[in-house]
Amino acid sequence: MKKVLMGNHALSYGAKLSRVQVIAAYPITPQTQVVELLSEMCADGGLDAQFVKVESEHSALAASIGASAVGARTFTATSAQGLALMHEMIHWAVGARTPVVLGNINRAMAPPWSIWTDQNDSLSERDTGIMQVYCESNQEVQDTVIQAYKVAEKVLLPCMVVLDAFYLSHTYEPVDIPEQKLVDKYLPPFNPPYKLDPKDVHAFGGLTDAKWYYELRYKIESAMNRAREEWKKADGEFGKIFGRRYGVVENYRCEDADIILVTSGTITGTARITVDMLRSEGKKVGVLKIRVFRPFPVDEVRDKLKGAKKVACIDRNISFGHEGVFFEEVKSALYNSSHRPPIWGYIAGLGGRDVTPETIKEMVKRTEESDTPEDLVWIGLKR
Amino acid sequence: MPNAKKIIWKGVDDMPEMAVSLASMRINKTASWRNLRPIIDYNKCKPCGICWKFCPEPSILLKEDGTPVIDYDYCKGCGICAEECPRNAITMHREER
Repeated sequence: MKKVLMGNHALSYGAKLSRVQVIAAYPITPQTQVVELLSEMCADGGLDAQFVKVESEHSALAASIGASAVGARTFTATSAQGLALMHEMIHWAVGARTPVVLGNINRAMAPPWSIWTDQNDSLSERDTGIMQVYCESNQEVQDTVIQAYKVAEKVLLPCMVVLDAFYLSHTYEPVDIPEQKLVDKYLPPFNPPYKLDPKDVHAFGGLTDAKWYYELRYKIESAMNRAREEWKKADGEFGKIFGRRYGVVENYRCEDADIILVTSGTITGTARITVDMLRSEGKKVGVLKIRVFRPFPVDEVRDKLKGAKKVACIDRNISFGHEGVFFEEVKSALYNSSHRPPIWGYIAGLGGRDVTPETIKEMVKRTEESDTPEDLVWIGLKR
Repeated sequence: MPNAKKIIWKGVDDMPEMAVSLASMRINKTASWRNLRPIIDYNKCKPCGICWKFCPEPSILLKEDGTPVIDYDYCKGCGICAEECPRNAITMHREER
């Protein structure tokens, strides 16, 4: 069944189709409609889940971890300051190995207050061990929630499904909502190896000294590494059942491209159109969209960029004191690779500023005309 | 007693994914770092149950007649029982190991 949905409601439908059993959330613009619709679904009886109202995002994720620890499939969603308040509990969800799925609507961090998109909120959680997937369309948002449970429950790590504020969250697009029985076929019930159960008593998260802490960290990294394959498998299987697949990265007209643009989120669509415009002028340009950010798709990035003469990375974020985060990640993936094209790092679209085809053309032009790669270029800065 | 068996693993390949004890807390004793040991003077104690109520662990168990007994396998030596006892029947003593 096709419905015209806003990105936020695509997240809600993804959670409903995944038959989540517990939802714990606190409202924040631009996330609010995600949990509003889920609470309506619970109240109407369309979704058989416990909706837990909490007093903060920290509690939202804490409640989610508790629910996941007893073996319930659990969902929460937030944005910006809310995600920052969850930070401690994100570490906990990872260490406790509770596969909570968290919808994060990218919203710029305050101050100054902003409700518009950029990626600094989610990328600040880069090193916690939560998986991160950046979506480009409302269809992808809904489908990614379902895939996220598939992978998260397999490797026992939480997963963040990320979408741009307003460009997706409040934008309506047609979304194909699959039949429940097909989703049930794809996603079996959650059954973790250890759970909080009075009939089978275990202690969780207790004091662990230096004798075993190191090994537990290794286990998290091993799970992340397994997730690399699991994302490909989950996406492939999804494609067979539902006819849609997204890849961990997606390349567009990269095969013979001299310059490849690296993108994430909704900027990707604009970049594709820009590439078509530039191709019609005879310029060989392509787009590599990074969808799964954690675990980082090192092999795919190396493979897709190996033919490029130059790479231009667009970051809707900045790691202050260094560079754009995707730029850093792409560079670090390539450093030990045999083919290392020069890379330009462009900061754009912070705080929801529009990134238009003209913005991207300016990046391509700058990349084309220079022979010395630049780490940090601010595009469209008012002087 | 549930899971009353101590299980020890060798390394990353046979240990559980998360920090989970394979046995219950009856086996995982947690008092090794106690510095001060509460001792009850049963000549002063008129079993009122206040120490039992205040113990945060809980590491004070009550016998059938209400007499409190400290469970030194779990007591961390916080001293709340000694502070709360209305008859000053509990005193804290340096732990000797």
